[in-house]
Amino acid sequence: MPAARVYFKDHINTDEIIPARYLTTFEEAELAKHAMEDLDPDFVRRVRPGDVLLAGADFGCGSSREHAVWALRGAGIAAVLAPSFARIFYRNAINGGFPVFEADGLEQVFAEGDEVQLDTEHGLLRRRAGGQVQFRPLPEFAKRIAQAGGLLEYFRDQARG
Amino acid sequence: MGMTMSEKILAAHAGLAQVAPGQLIECPTDWVLCHEVTTPAALRMLEERGMDSVFDPERIVAIPDHTVPSMDIKAAKLYQKLKSWAKEKGIRHFYEVGRAGIAHVVLENSGLVKPGETLVSGDSHTCNAGALGCFATGVGSTDLAGAIYLGKVWFKVPETMLIRVRGRLGPGVSAKDLVLEVIRRIGADGANYQVMEWVGETIDAMDMEARFTLTNMAIEAGAKTGIIAVDQTTRDFLQARGVAPQQYTEYRSDPDARFVRVVEVEADRVEPTVAYPHIPSNGHLAGSDPIRVDQAYVGSCTNGRIGDLREVARILRGRQVAEHVRMVIVPATQAVYRQAASEGLLELFVDAGATVSYPSCGACLGMHSGVLGPGDVCISSTNRNFVGRMGDPSAQIYLASPATVAASAVAGYITDPRRFQTPGQTPGETDASR
Repeated sequence: MPAARVYFKDHINTDEIIPARYLTTFEEAELAKHAMEDLDPDFVRRVRPGDVLLAGADFGCGSSREHAVWALRGAGIAAVLAPSFARIFYRNAINGGFPVFEADGLEQVFAEGDEVQLDTEHGLLRRRAGGQVQFRPLPEFAKRIAQAGGLLEYFRDQARG
Repeated sequence: MGMTMSEKILAAHAGLAQVAPGQLIECPTDWVLCHEVTTPAALRMLEERGMDSVFDPERIVAIPDHTVPSMDIKAAKLYQKLKSWAKEKGIRHFYEVGRAGIAHVVLENSGLVKPGETLVSGDSHTCNAGALGCFATGVGSTDLAGAIYLGKVWFKVPETMLIRVRGRLGPGVSAKDLVLEVIRRIGADGANYQVMEWVGETIDAMDMEARFTLTNMAIEAGAKTGIIAVDQTTRDFLQARGVAPQQYTEYRSDPDARFVRVVEVEADRVEPTVAYPHIPSNGHLAGSDPIRVDQAYVGSCTNGRIGDLREVARILRGRQVAEHVRMVIVPATQAVYRQAASEGLLELFVDAGATVSYPSCGACLGMHSGVLGPGDVCISSTNRNFVGRMGDPSAQIYLASPATVAASAVAGYITDPRRFQTPGQTPGETDASR
């Protein structure tokens, strides 16, 4: 079962998610090796594919680098939940179909390493040992982008009428 | 119900009579700015999908600036990709290394982006251009790809926060101190998803360089952009760059426009402000703690303009950088570099013991030319002091105005620049106030 990777610090920024010194590549696999490196050098070693990242408010603030989304996805993170997201990170996630959900009260329910189940249909993150948190649904527009397969597919479909 | 100037610009571009905050629109973009770090990823996305065309080669501006002159082979490949694509697609406004500098500062002086227009770029400091009365915002590589291909982006129409500044900034206090004070008050996400619109007599009295410093830092409060309405200062600035008033539309917010929040600032009360690690909202009075510095850095799209270098020169004249401090000064563009040379500033910097680097984003984001080592303490005129931003994650970054950086470089520890209001005497002299 996937685990919660917990960083309840506010303002985790894109420099922490993927430092600029690695921006000379945009290969997901290469970026993934350095995900969250300046916040937690052990992050990459601990994450298993499908794990869910739980964070504090204003997650992804700072630089516009979409490399932040790619590094997390490449590292195996299946979704990020936080009380709020910085706007460029949020739109980058939506544009690339990477699941990010706004949710309150995460800190009261989840701790590092908890086994969790993400139920996007009902908007719930469940804790195996008991407890759950409801997250806010994605905006309709974001769902349409996701259905198209991403922003560029959405635009391409539009251009073709 | 009236509209804010940002709402008016977005409505006009989306072909709507009215827009309201929260509304999703597809917005044509007049300009797309491309640099070498985020654009190559966008180009690969387009190539992979067979969408390998550009909406308008006249409306794309390509300026390599983060890693140039290329600092390593990987960076050289990114630069090559941007350049070869620009040539292949006939991108008219490609700026070669040696003829440009930091993209945002090159662009503000180019006469290309005009009031009332829209601009996006794969760089968070795109909001810089908002001082021209346009709607300019940073996006990621996918949005950038969409903009290159179709010339449009989706926006959720943002709410607007009005920041009204009255009175005069005191001697030794600058626009950087003002914006750090505002971010201290509202928080690093205090304007998330919003526009920061600056008004008031203090703003009216500012030159364009100071106004760009204000709008440039909007992203450090989480804002979508910063914006300032056009006045005679803006018109004169544009006229000097070959842009006549008939070539653009001036928008201003209606008296009954809805603002999500109004922040009132008394300029006279703003003091030299230093944002302590590791977030730009962590503002403190300059010099209130004895903090020894290893590096003093002046540069970036926030504070690397000629006025900034003149402020630095005012303090360094007749003084020396403290023995244990390395000072790095990076003119934002070739034009700033040349101007600084012709005014004798470069000579003054070298005589004071500072090194002058070439125009580039450089160490602002820890790329090159002043990267911090473990435990280094840096006072910097840049825009972010996040962990690892300028190099090693254990380094400490303090954000300040160019004057505070210069004063701290001379004193060797973080210092209130008002202690250096009188000129220094002779090089090497020990200042009485030290």
